[in-house]
Amino acid sequence: MTRQMTGAKMVVQALKDQGVEVVFGYPGGAVLPIYDEVFQQNDIRHILVRHEQGAIHAAEGYARSTGKPGVVLVTSGPGATNVVTGIVDALMDSIPIVVLSGQVPTFMIGSDAFQEGDTVGITRPCTKMNWLVKETDKLSETIHQAFHVATSGRPGPVLVDIPKDVQFATGTYVEKPSVQTGHYAPRVKGDADAIAAFVELLETAEKPVFYTGGGVINSGPAATRLLREWAEATGFPVTSTLMGLGAYPASGKSWLGMLGMHGTYEANWAMHDCDLMINVGARFDDRITGRINAFSPESKKVHIDIDPSSINKVIRTDVPIIGDVAHVLEAALDLWKSRGRKVNREAVARWWKQIDEWRAVDCLAYKPGTGTIRPQHAVARLEALTKGMDRYITTEVGQHQMWAAQYLGFEEPNRWMTSGGLGTMGYGLPASIGVQIAHPDALVINVAGEASWLMNMQEMGTAIQYRAPVKQFILNNERLGMVRQWQELLHGERYSHSWSEALPDFVKLAEAFGCKGIRCDNEADLDDAIREMLAYDGPVIFDCLVEKHENCFPMIPSGNAHNDMILGEVDTQGVIGASGAVLV
Amino acid sequence: MSPLNIKQGTSKHSAYDLRDPNAEVIETHTLAVIVDNESGVLARVIGLFSARGYNIDSLTVAEVDHLGHRSRITVVTSGTPQVITQIKAQLERMVIVHAVNDLTVEGPSVQRELALFKVRGQGDHRIEALRLAEIFRANVVDSTLESFVFEMTGTPEKVDAFAELMRPLGLIEVARTGVAALARGT
Repeated sequence: MTRQMTGAKMVVQALKDQGVEVVFGYPGGAVLPIYDEVFQQNDIRHILVRHEQGAIHAAEGYARSTGKPGVVLVTSGPGATNVVTGIVDALMDSIPIVVLSGQVPTFMIGSDAFQEGDTVGITRPCTKMNWLVKETDKLSETIHQAFHVATSGRPGPVLVDIPKDVQFATGTYVEKPSVQTGHYAPRVKGDADAIAAFVELLETAEKPVFYTGGGVINSGPAATRLLREWAEATGFPVTSTLMGLGAYPASGKSWLGMLGMHGTYEANWAMHDCDLMINVGARFDDRITGRINAFSPESKKVHIDIDPSSINKVIRTDVPIIGDVAHVLEAALDLWKSRGRKVNREAVARWWKQIDEWRAVDCLAYKPGTGTIRPQHAVARLEALTKGMDRYITTEVGQHQMWAAQYLGFEEPNRWMTSGGLGTMGYGLPASIGVQIAHPDALVINVAGEASWLMNMQEMGTAIQYRAPVKQFILNNERLGMVRQWQELLHGERYSHSWSEALPDFVKLAEAFGCKGIRCDNEADLDDAIREMLAYDGPVIFDCLVEKHENCFPMIPSGNAHNDMILGEVDTQGVIGASGAVLV
Repeated sequence: MSPLNIKQGTSKHSAYDLRDPNAEVIETHTLAVIVDNESGVLARVIGLFSARGYNIDSLTVAEVDHLGHRSRITVVTSGTPQVITQIKAQLERMVIVHAVNDLTVEGPSVQRELALFKVRGQGDHRIEALRLAEIFRANVVDSTLESFVFEMTGTPEKVDAFAELMRPLGLIEVARTGVAALARGT
């Protein structure tokens, strides 16, 4: 069946056919025809943000907490350039995002028209794919393909640039099922020989570890279930990257905590000393590996990844398995069961004994406070007081993000939204709004630092407008904490521009926005203040004044190996050598 | 050397040092990349090379299948075996890429490029240039009393050799197409 309609109507129709319920956006001259169509329907909800960067981070939060693609609608020129940071963020963290941008009319492209920007040129290197649609007849097909590309294989951001005359003109609408999605069909099934090699390795492994990443969560609920079944059946320890938290429950008995630069002592030592590393949907990021040539020197490495370019990119793998995590884990599990469920139980028990010794170091312990709130304590109390609730957490970027990863426990996937690869300050507040829009009745908390939070604080207006009761839990140290920490460790304690001399009064700011503000500066009042935040039916800005000079530990300094961690202040003298100092 | 002057990729401690010290052999590979013929496709492929720091020694691109809407990009690149593998994997995952063939490893191939040489000279030089052109089977495609333009097709090595010989005879300009390549046999 073919239907004639305007390009603008096609956009809305295509979104409906793709099952889109929410669009995050901001209008402008070059998208007015589309906004006119958005106005004349009720199936798709439009969330008006305060800045386009807020729209894309909100869409990322929406996508990551639902598993569905996030959709963004912005105008040409500055509208499009303002979403570039979010596009790169989504590319680095493999988040499915579809950006629809307006463009000046086709006959004006290249003339430096008002609000013209080379949007496809600017976003070419940071999208999975992008399109400039010059004919209305191609528009619906392109949008359907955009959704296909964004959500299949390794997910990522895509952009469709739509000139204004294409929106006004009439053309033929192509239905979703009849669209040729082209040759783009990433492989999901793993190679049988590679899976057999993996199963053979795990049957005899003496010191195995599952190293899991965001790919488990992107693969979907089946992958999470299978990972848990694997851990349960084999008794192998499990650690995860920042992006993978929640795939294996924090309360699970095989859980070692997060690994990497600020990971736990036991997780990093297990990675270093293991004889079999099973990488499930992670990418050997430099925050994880530390020094490459000292990375897990004795282990055989299995790497399950849907993206062939992740294989052997950084770390050489003995058994690469290209495919979707759920497909591969299931095929391997079936094979392992059919071969008699063999595991070297005795050796693995010895391995656990060793791991328990590392655990006994209790690397996340912190000294009890003296009245001043220690940031770790604030996060630990937040965890204790929200345990068991229907809870979603977003974060900004910095020390607070690492403390949140260390002290909060995630029992389910899609409950933890954070900017991992790109490290985008200003991500958390808009992301929390996107999560809340997707889960209106859930408790959504943005664990923030005051500096990051200020970067997109205008989005509180969005939270108020849509009655999104997001809780902004700001660990306020009046510093750019992580920058300050690095300056202390490797720049002779010269704190160049890492503190804020003119912070707003966050309680008054909350009042100005029309929500609730809470300030807490004392350990004794902390629990009550957190309870007050949780009890309030609406957005809250919680200004938690914490110890200003706290550092985030444990830490693998740049250029060091996993077994060369620092655990606290006494270890910090000269920890980063000259060669480590050039790294970030 | 100051620690901050350590060249990227050379520090053994650098997280950016992706190369296996045991495999620092630089290989040259000719890749045939079949892509959708659409606007921006060349920018996508070149952008990948520049963004990830890969080398392009030679590059040719043209539509080869009008109905099928396909172009063929022939790129000669060099790097360690690990980098070459990465280049192919990165190309293969691009949405606009249909196939990547490594002609260097997939068997013998024919490689050719077209070159034009402008040579200016008089007397013996002029005669010698003509004589060498004959040996190299180059054609004269333009002539004045003081200059020739030669056209030649051959492997990059043959083109290089001819250019070397023409230099003392008055070579003033060279235009080369870059390598086009096909696998031998069926």
